[in-house]
Amino acid sequence: MSANVSVAMAAPASRDPAWTGRVFWMFAALVLLAPALALTEFKPWILFSAQSLQSTRNFVADFFPPKIEAEFLLLVGRECWRTVAIATAGMALALLIAIPLTLLSTSVLSISALPGRMHALPFLLRQATRWLLILLRSIPELVWALVFVRVVGLGPTAGVLAIALTYGGMLGKVYGEILESDERQATHALLRNGAGRLQSFFYALLPQSASELTSYTVYRWECAIRSSAVLGFVGAGGLGQQMDNSMKMFQGSEVATMLIVFMMLVGVADYASAWLRRKIA
Amino acid sequence: MRIAAQGLTARHPAAKAGSAPALKPAGLAVAPGEQLAVVGPSGAGKTTLLHALACALQPAAGRLELDGIDPWTLPVARLQKLRGRLFLAPQAPPLPPRQRVITAVLAARLPQQSLAASLRSLLYPTGIAAAQAALAQFDLADKLWERVDRLSGGERQRVGLARAIVSAATLWLVDEPLSSLDPSRAALAIDTLTRVARERGVTLVTTLHQVDVAARFARVIGMRDGEIRFDLPAAEVTRVRLAALYEQREHELGAPAPEGAAAGAAPPAAMRGR
Amino acid sequence: MNAPASKAPPSRCALCWFLAGLAALTAASFWTLDLQWAKFLSLEAARKMGRFLGELLSPSSEAVFLRRLTLASLETIAMSALGTLLAVFGGLALALPASRSHAGGPARWRALTRLVLNGLRSIPELVWAALLIIAAGLGPFAGTLALALHTTGVLGRLFAEAIENAPPGPAFALRVQGVASGRIFLYATLPQILPQLLSYTLYRWENNIRAAAVLGVVGGGGLGQMLSFHMGLFHMRETSSILIAMILLVAMVDIASYLSRRLLQR
Repeated sequence: MSANVSVAMAAPASRDPAWTGRVFWMFAALVLLAPALALTEFKPWILFSAQSLQSTRNFVADFFPPKIEAEFLLLVGRECWRTVAIATAGMALALLIAIPLTLLSTSVLSISALPGRMHALPFLLRQATRWLLILLRSIPELVWALVFVRVVGLGPTAGVLAIALTYGGMLGKVYGEILESDERQATHALLRNGAGRLQSFFYALLPQSASELTSYTVYRWECAIRSSAVLGFVGAGGLGQQMDNSMKMFQGSEVATMLIVFMMLVGVADYASAWLRRKIA
Repeated sequence: MRIAAQGLTARHPAAKAGSAPALKPAGLAVAPGEQLAVVGPSGAGKTTLLHALACALQPAAGRLELDGIDPWTLPVARLQKLRGRLFLAPQAPPLPPRQRVITAVLAARLPQQSLAASLRSLLYPTGIAAAQAALAQFDLADKLWERVDRLSGGERQRVGLARAIVSAATLWLVDEPLSSLDPSRAALAIDTLTRVARERGVTLVTTLHQVDVAARFARVIGMRDGEIRFDLPAAEVTRVRLAALYEQREHELGAPAPEGAAAGAAPPAAMRGR
Repeated sequence: MNAPASKAPPSRCALCWFLAGLAALTAASFWTLDLQWAKFLSLEAARKMGRFLGELLSPSSEAVFLRRLTLASLETIAMSALGTLLAVFGGLALALPASRSHAGGPARWRALTRLVLNGLRSIPELVWAALLIIAAGLGPFAGTLALALHTTGVLGRLFAEAIENAPPGPAFALRVQGVASGRIFLYATLPQILPQLLSYTLYRWENNIRAAAVLGVVGGGGLGQMLSFHMGLFHMRETSSILIAMILLVAMVDIASYLSRRLLQR
């Protein structure tokens, strides 16, 4: 330290020592940016070509006024509810997947690990469960929806199943992380006294992290509403499917109404979830 | 810069409307190039006085003139221009932790720089020599390229003072410049500030916790409970006067009191400005 | 630590109502959605699913196709990176008017800008992509813009919050000197919040890679476009390879983000 200082004292650089690094990183950024621009066909000027301006203008001009006929609003209202229902039903099934898998995968509840190392078989089982959760989670719900639309046909069933699988994986993984990060002593004390795994879970592990678990579940429910609206675009029912139809017909006024309703829906879900989470915390 | 204040009263922005002002009506006249120290126990309103003089705090009543102009009657653009000629050094050096010393020091020149020039200076600093010279005055030349959060508290405080030297201001308002410096560094810092101010004809107003250092200034102002209790040549500031000023706060008169303890004892009505 | 002792237990009744409401909502959801369980659980569906899965087990590995697949994966990453980069600039540009620079500052545009940010944020990338295809045509450009717009909303809000929560000292010192607000941001606020902005950006980039993978389903380029093309034509071997590529991509992102977080914590 002192040697460093004395050297620096002798010759305080009068040029910025960070300059070469900066130049290097700027060049590196440029070198990376060029192929990215090419790959994404980044041509902003086509937005302003006569043809694209014309079609945009036609479509956007049709936005005003948004369609507010009673019959159409009723339809939108029904689709709105279906969107929420798909999310809720999907979450319910996701919980059915996530909870057993979480219980299977948490090492806190391992009896064989109490004296030291976990036995080989339970260890393999837990690892396998974890991998299953990660696999479920890493396939986007939209892809699941595409698959299920092929199997069960268009409609909300595909949406519910897609949300159930992806969110089951997500919930299971995060639940596991929450449970593992908590204090282990209470649970281990019960297990050591001969309580069963589920008994220890309900009496020690769950009460410790119940509010955190609930809060995360509510947050995911909010996300599920967002994504169930989007799933409609591949034919899984709800607001998205209606929006996709209207867009394909270039019905700007219908799209405008649905966009407004959609923003309101997301806003309400956002607000409700924030309120609930505040209550829980 | 010439300062003239009559009945200058100021209230901390967070204080309630009805509460006693942190600075009770104060009159003050400072000639260009004059140097004066403000002493007094914690919560006396020293910082509020500095903030009022720096046009950081709009006076609740009274009148302030800087070079014969009331800043609060000026249009915003002119007021900003006037502020560019003032330099307020807060007690806690206002340096972003991850910034480099060079950038932090050169930030004092921003009022005189265009946006384009200040962007360019972020890319490659303009004015390395000036910053280095200013830091060298405070024995910090080797810290030019360091990051601020790698410095000690005392070093950070001196970087804050070096900023004043780099700025183009003609009035320096320095709040507790020595609070985290050891005695020898403190002496160097105060010598540098007064010397450079004298060379450039800069008016210097500094609040001080250490009354012995205040004796180096030609003129000393004593404050307590938001009032100016005395405004005298240093020679006339006797032990007796100081003892009266610090009555029941004698511990602050002796050794410089640790900041936390002093702030805790401050009466709530006269909140210290940040 | 002892939460039960210090915190009053929530009233039993509120909890009952909450649970009852939840149960009612769930029941109503299942009841009103004409879910075709019979169809889903039928032998035919099982056979379909089985065949589907069976076909997925033999991914295509032709050299030509693999090259296209690699290109589409790179395209997905490029879309997400460029979209995030654009969003950083857009988010910063909107975060400045959307934040109060100091307590008691005027912040004339705050409410309006926040409304715009909320609008951008509440429309998902996929919907943006579907809308933008009209102006930008099919392909990765529409997808990139869609990611940029949605992410601008998200980052703008986070950035505005970071700006408002930054320690005010350095900005105050410069403001007293009469420095204009843009330069105050550059020299005082930005250096303090830079690490926070960086971590928000990385986190959003991670999200955007996932999102970019599926944007193509509505015509926004990348892996998704290939997927919907081959799935639509029932090219199961190609579909299988694309799905594997997607899973690998997501797994890589997960590992990279885990490692980078470990690095940052150190």
